[in-house]
Amino acid sequence: MDPYNLNSKLKVKLQFQRFTRLNRVLHILMIVSFISLALTGMTLKFSYTGWAAILSHLFGGFESAGYIHRFFAIVMVSIFVIHLIGLTKLKKKEYKSWKALLFNHNSLLFNKKDLKDFIGSIKWFLGKGERPQYGRWTYWEKFDYFAVFWGIFVIGSTGITLWFPEVLTSVLPGWVINVATIIHSDEALLATGFIFTVHFFNTHLRPEKFPMDIVIFSGRMPLEEFKLDRPAEYKELLEKGELENYLVEPYPDIVLKSIRIFGWIALSLGLSIIVWIIYAMIFVYK
Amino acid sequence: MKLFKIFYLFLIIPVWFFNSLSLLAQSNSDCLTCHSDKTIRGKINGHSVSVYIDEKILAASVHNGNQCTDCHSDLVNSDFPHKTNVAPAQCVPCHDDEQKLYSEGIHGKAVAKGDPLAPRCQNCHGSHEILPVKDIHSAVAPIKIPFVCGSCHREGTKVQIQRHIPQNHILENYTESIHGVGLLQKGLSVAANCASCHSAHKILPPSDPQSSISRKNISATCTKCHQEIEIVHRKIIKGKLWEQAPNTLPVCTDCHVPHKIKDVLYKESVANQDCLSCHGRSNLKSADGSSMFVDVAKLQNSVHMNISCSQCHNTVNPSLMRPCSGISPKVDCSICHADEGDQYTKSIHGQLFAKNDPNAPTCEDCHGSHEVLSRVNPSSSTFPTNIPNLCGSCHRTGEKAAVRYKGTEHNIVANYTESIHGKGLMKSGLTITATCTDCHTAHSELPHSDPNSSVNRKNIASTCGKCHYGIEKQLENSVHSPNITNTKKKLPVCNDCHSAHQITRTDAAGFRLEIMNICGNCHKKYAESYFETYHGQVSRLGYSQTAKCWDCHGSHDILPVENPKSHLSFQNKVQTCKKCHEGATRQFAGYFTHATHHEPVKYPIMFWTFWSMTGLLVGTFFIAGLHTLLWLPRSLQYRKELKKILSENSNLDEKEDGQISDEKNE
Repeated sequence: MDPYNLNSKLKVKLQFQRFTRLNRVLHILMIVSFISLALTGMTLKFSYTGWAAILSHLFGGFESAGYIHRFFAIVMVSIFVIHLIGLTKLKKKEYKSWKALLFNHNSLLFNKKDLKDFIGSIKWFLGKGERPQYGRWTYWEKFDYFAVFWGIFVIGSTGITLWFPEVLTSVLPGWVINVATIIHSDEALLATGFIFTVHFFNTHLRPEKFPMDIVIFSGRMPLEEFKLDRPAEYKELLEKGELENYLVEPYPDIVLKSIRIFGWIALSLGLSIIVWIIYAMIFVYK
Repeated sequence: MKLFKIFYLFLIIPVWFFNSLSLLAQSNSDCLTCHSDKTIRGKINGHSVSVYIDEKILAASVHNGNQCTDCHSDLVNSDFPHKTNVAPAQCVPCHDDEQKLYSEGIHGKAVAKGDPLAPRCQNCHGSHEILPVKDIHSAVAPIKIPFVCGSCHREGTKVQIQRHIPQNHILENYTESIHGVGLLQKGLSVAANCASCHSAHKILPPSDPQSSISRKNISATCTKCHQEIEIVHRKIIKGKLWEQAPNTLPVCTDCHVPHKIKDVLYKESVANQDCLSCHGRSNLKSADGSSMFVDVAKLQNSVHMNISCSQCHNTVNPSLMRPCSGISPKVDCSICHADEGDQYTKSIHGQLFAKNDPNAPTCEDCHGSHEVLSRVNPSSSTFPTNIPNLCGSCHRTGEKAAVRYKGTEHNIVANYTESIHGKGLMKSGLTITATCTDCHTAHSELPHSDPNSSVNRKNIASTCGKCHYGIEKQLENSVHSPNITNTKKKLPVCNDCHSAHQITRTDAAGFRLEIMNICGNCHKKYAESYFETYHGQVSRLGYSQTAKCWDCHGSHDILPVENPKSHLSFQNKVQTCKKCHEGATRQFAGYFTHATHHEPVKYPIMFWTFWSMTGLLVGTFFIAGLHTLLWLPRSLQYRKELKKILSENSNLDEKEDGQISDEKNE
């Protein structure tokens, strides 16, 4: 289990580093901005419920909620832009060309292995095969990743329309605002619904990770867990002899505890939002 | 003496001589030669009339012994047959005093102006048949005077219709008055007739200071007969104020209305002092123990300070041993306040009173009794700022009127006090602010369901319009007016939007939020679709700052969109948006403020956008959800395997720090 016999040399078990510091910071910011946008936006979408009114007052009124919404919209778009800049830097540093960045087998773009893994997963789910040998990124992680691109584009563009309706309608007809409202609102419903159910299950709530997987915050995971979770990547790194490059010391308990507290807050807010949405759509909507 | 006799002879002889000459020329028998013929006809003013003279009548008249030509002086010395355009008979020079008075009076002046309706001497006195006034058969005997005057001054005559006569039903009223009854029914020839007050010949309108019935002279005129009147009117007359200050004190006719003077109203012989000899004692009690004391001080400060006890307690009867024994406890205020009495009788209060309902308020319940004050006196219970409390004494929650009330208005007084009217009146002290009686009227209160009620749907706009005139005019020309919209549906009136007793400022958050539901009562579809827009969503969260119905549509001046004057007409729409959205453009105004995605025909683009998005949502969740559900049982199984492997590993690792297993076990 310990090919380099590292653990016997050190006092602590080394862990596998899966996410860079930038990845982790951006994800934390993403969580904060996403939840804030969801909460403030929902007050309008579900204005017919009692909790929306309470929430709106907690945010200091609809105007203040609007300012918070726009502030975090800027934050989220900034995260997106910083991520893209990060990618160009990564390209320069490690891949030299866009082609290399985008089409290497560990890229986030879908490839043949994803299709194979997807079919393998279904077979596994149905008890007709072993668990697929997942690699660096699983297909559902890639789906989540590109869902953000789609979301930023759709929600961002319609959001701008609603932010500056007078400016936009100097060029476009008035009904664009009506349409933008529907798209903005329903796409946001899709995003929150998807993140707080499917994404939560895939990464945190599925039984083997329950109640949460903190790797996105700590960036590191126990080597044993990594080996079982991503057998293909482990094998590849081992074969290339690069595994050692990714081994780091774990965070002290206090950091892990803080991470868990943050994680719990985000999880409970997300799940509360789902409960509120379901309540609003089933019990209050007329 | 001798000289005088000679002078007399000189004077008398020529007169006699000339008289004998004229007698010779024209004696009465000369005139009667022709005029005793019953068929003789002459012309007066172009009309052919009989000019027959009945010698017997002439002989019986007061003018027996006078010559025809004494009166028909223009025929002196004329030849037979005399001229046809004979002048009217002349009463002067014999009656020149009367003629002088007559010419100063309104009748004489009218004749001078050529008024064809003006009466001349013979219209009242007759002509050849004139009898002495004291003769019972005289046309102007006291008992006949009302008919003489009444021949012109009664309803339906040309005089009454075509000339300015300030009184109506003169003859009828007089006939029923104490004077008329005395004269005509009891035959008291000393009872006042028309001429007693108006004088016989110098009749003048009351506005003329010289008139016998002017304010200045009326007391003198009345006291010609009522010489002992001071006994009953001592309060006024003893101080001689009546005659000294006729403009500040009531004159006879202020209380005793001309021509209607009746004895039932005024028991003149019972004066306040007689009443107060008993009722001025503070310990006076009735048989049932209640106080019968009348506080003179209160009475004298009241608005009725100049009204005597017996004018209100008019069932007093001076012919009884105790004149007051005939007094009933209730005073009928309508004997003076007739209009208010009529209004009260028709009002719900009066209707209940008529049914002997013990809860029905009477005049006294609102106005008080001896202490009654004018409503402009701040201490009065009917002074504007005191009215809510006054009405509240029955209509406040829990009180007798509120208990029996079955309608929708509750907490009336509390709500009114908090309303803009109540605050204006009670907090800002604006006495012109609407109080109970401004809307419900003071004496004609009726339930709103009564078509005559001031707060009936039909009348409410004009009731509010008494103060809010401009608003009423706007509403009259708006789509909500029956003048503009012909519909069987109920059109809104003021209180449908503003409520009855909870009227607030229209810029207050509460009203701004409530109005959407109020408009939505009728415009349900539009209210619902409004709530699907940003404006509506924010409103529903409880914020008043976004556009509400009337911010766009206007309020009292709402007009159909097709009307160019509408706030939302093509011409005005952009300007209306600009009230909030300064940069609004023509395209911006193209925003569908009431659009929903439920109407594929009206708003296809929204309908299809919504369903595309819904399809995307459902599809995504279906695939992802299915994936998750399939994964769940396998993942549970995998968790167990994982635990086993990891615990084996940690056993191998000599259970070093247990970090992994800790993490996994959480």
